[in-house]
Amino acid sequence: MIAAALSTVTLAVLLVGLGLALVQARRWRAGRAAAVDLWAGLAALPGRYLVDVHAVVGRKPFNARFHALSAGGFLAALALLVLLALPPLRHPILWGLLAVALATMLAGGLMVGYRRRVLRPPELSGGRFSRLPLALTGFAAAFLLVAADQSAGGVLPVPVGLALVALGGWGLAELVFGVWKGPLKHAVHGALHLVAHPRPARFHDGAGRDSGLRPLELAAGDADSAPLGAGRVLDFAWNRLLGFDACVQCGRCESACPAFAAGLPLNPKALIQDLVASLDEGDDGRAYAGHRHPGHPAGAGASGPSLPLVGPRAAIHPDTLWSCTTCRACVQECPMMIEHVDAVIDLRRYQTLELGATPVKAAAVLEELRATDNPGGRDLARRLDWAVDLRLPVLADGGACDVLLWLGDGAYDLRNQRSLRALVLLLRRAGVDFAVLGADELDCGDVARRLGDEATFQDLARRNVALLNGRTFQRIVTADPHAFHCLRNEYPAFGGRWTVLHHTALLLELVRSGALPVTAPLARAVAYHDPCYLGRYNGETEAPRALLDAIGAERREMARSGLRSRCCGGGGGAPLTDVVGERRIPDQRMDDARASGAPTLAVACPTCTLMLEGVVEPRPAVAEIAELVLAATEPTP
Amino acid sequence: MVDVAILLSVGRHPVSGRARRAPTDARALEMALGLPAVRRTALHAGDPASPALRDYLGMGLDRLTVLAMAHGCDPVEPLAAHLRSLSPGIVLTGNRAEGGEDSGMLPYRVAHTLGVAIVPDVVAITVEAGGGAAEVVQALARGQRRALRVALPFVATIHPAAPSARPSAFGPARRGRIDSVPVEAPPDAFLAACAARPWRDRPKRLTVGAPGSGGALDRLRAATEAKAGQGRLLVGPSPDEAALAIYECLQEQGVLPR
Repeated sequence: MIAAALSTVTLAVLLVGLGLALVQARRWRAGRAAAVDLWAGLAALPGRYLVDVHAVVGRKPFNARFHALSAGGFLAALALLVLLALPPLRHPILWGLLAVALATMLAGGLMVGYRRRVLRPPELSGGRFSRLPLALTGFAAAFLLVAADQSAGGVLPVPVGLALVALGGWGLAELVFGVWKGPLKHAVHGALHLVAHPRPARFHDGAGRDSGLRPLELAAGDADSAPLGAGRVLDFAWNRLLGFDACVQCGRCESACPAFAAGLPLNPKALIQDLVASLDEGDDGRAYAGHRHPGHPAGAGASGPSLPLVGPRAAIHPDTLWSCTTCRACVQECPMMIEHVDAVIDLRRYQTLELGATPVKAAAVLEELRATDNPGGRDLARRLDWAVDLRLPVLADGGACDVLLWLGDGAYDLRNQRSLRALVLLLRRAGVDFAVLGADELDCGDVARRLGDEATFQDLARRNVALLNGRTFQRIVTADPHAFHCLRNEYPAFGGRWTVLHHTALLLELVRSGALPVTAPLARAVAYHDPCYLGRYNGETEAPRALLDAIGAERREMARSGLRSRCCGGGGGAPLTDVVGERRIPDQRMDDARASGAPTLAVACPTCTLMLEGVVEPRPAVAEIAELVLAATEPTP
Repeated sequence: MVDVAILLSVGRHPVSGRARRAPTDARALEMALGLPAVRRTALHAGDPASPALRDYLGMGLDRLTVLAMAHGCDPVEPLAAHLRSLSPGIVLTGNRAEGGEDSGMLPYRVAHTLGVAIVPDVVAITVEAGGGAAEVVQALARGQRRALRVALPFVATIHPAAPSARPSAFGPARRGRIDSVPVEAPPDAFLAACAARPWRDRPKRLTVGAPGSGGALDRLRAATEAKAGQGRLLVGPSPDEAALAIYECLQEQGVLPR
């Protein structure tokens, strides 16, 4: 009697859950088509869940443990409950196994309760999510008693048994319907997202990292073609919508986001939830019970699948969109592998390419970039003015050299000319055969692309690729991680495939090979700030550190470093869109540097140099890594 | 409600020399897009294939009419003839383009040919309810403004201090239509007689006497004007002359004692 009730309740809840899942799948199936290899994704799913997702979740070991216990116990219990629906299988041993599974799950559920009720991390969402521990422990405890009783032969009075089945059934319903709009979305949506992920190469079975933006198809130009970028939520590809829908509001992105921490009106978690709410007609987002975008109240805008996504009265305020520095900290932290930055760029592409709604100062820079091929609107022939005394060899079309030095826009800036000068002197000192492009070098297009101006980026990329392919060199070296990322990861789509090095990698090679002997070891404490486009975008965190060690610096790690470094606030065109927050992002990053106690902050990016040196004193001195190497390898008389 | 025509030219970036939308013409289009217009006709006289015309379409124009004519022709007659057939209430254009003779005379000659009033250096236009006249704000020297009431029709040239033009977006620029109307245009004899050469900053003459002797305006100029490129140009000086000039300059800079 009790066993039959248990089976009926379980199967009924699971069937209703399946129905809801099918209804929900229709929401994101309405998005644009995407080329997805579903079979390869399905085959890779267990590996992606157990290796890639675990690697992220495991950064908080407590969370990894309760996930293993509760999810493992829950899945085993569900399987056993389905088996036990068949009367011939209702054997005490099977009941005993069910009891073990449920006890495991109960332990996990208690840990979830401890975290949500006692530790209460601020980044977690409330609302439906607050009921999760009750549902987990209620289901596990009630069915555990029933299973134990059944394996012992059934000693409980029938009304008590039925009451327990009802309590467990409520817990199960809460959990299964939690897949619908609640805390267990990651179970089904998350798994499907891993199957149909838009960047399969980012998992351990691929290249392990995939951070280059995808080119936007610009060739078709007729009036009825699809809009460029995403203006409504249904302009996203279906697997992107599935990814947004997989978000369980764990808030790890929120704790990592430099804009949120500085009080800029951007919270990546709320941004994804804005997109999810837009999938449903009439969802005003008030059910969302987490932190909002700082300074923006909930439900300020109208949202729906066919409404514009961005606008002062729409789901996403323009300030929210233009606050993002594209630092990828959210993507790095997301256990559901959601690609927030791709979403931001898709939204920006629509704003810039279709509406011309780029913020004023950024639009002016893009216009200069189109007219002069550099964002400052300067004469390309003057890119080498700072180095007139250095007589840099210029590589003409058809010429050859070993190292091609890509100068970037830093060549127009007084501060960054100093670090470029140090780099050139080091290359001379080490006897490297190098040359520059001189007046032929165009801007790499990084800032245009992050601001959504894909047309200008592609134009610059094609012309840069053509001029680089007309010359012969072994490798390209640049001191600008943004140019480094474009040349290495984003130009291959336009036919440019070269060996591209950041200058820290080349300098390390030169110091190690003895071409640059260290004569005056630094012998002072140095904190190193990882540029986002070098670390997170390219995984290059070791060479700069090894280089600092090699020149005798006493290296200190800041609070956030390596792949989890915090942005300086200079990426993604953020200094141009210039959205106001409570604090400035670089001030915040400088606090990390001050806390390390090091008198010198080493940087490896022209943008970081400007942002961090712009912080008011007292603060550690900011030095480009090439400048430190130059001082440490001064030849002895 | 008013019928507006906008005259748009192809500009030239001062640094790269590349064709682009002319800044004041773009402001004229911006102003036209903000007026309560029953019809907006955008006109260009020149090469319909010029890519810079797409920059105007990207601001939200559906179509642009190009009076196709060869380079070096005088566009005044064809423009005036076309405008006469449209008979717009307001003709807007920038107060100076970037190309041709750069004299800023075209709007005057067009207005003269049409026989309508011209209001130069406009920064704002409000059309009156009846549509028979407009309140116009004109920019004068040193930030002064003058309010005028002008009866339609008139030609207005837009001053660089007018509200800035919206950015040009790629999608609309690509979708907008360019209607080409071939016209007969007389060759511009004056332009053909001009010789064009790259502009070069002339060295400034060294001022005699202490700076700031001329009053507050001179002191303001001395404090705000860019000093780069200032100096004395000596052509083929004798070594003594050159050394003396350097010596005096160093004294002036305070490097050497006087």
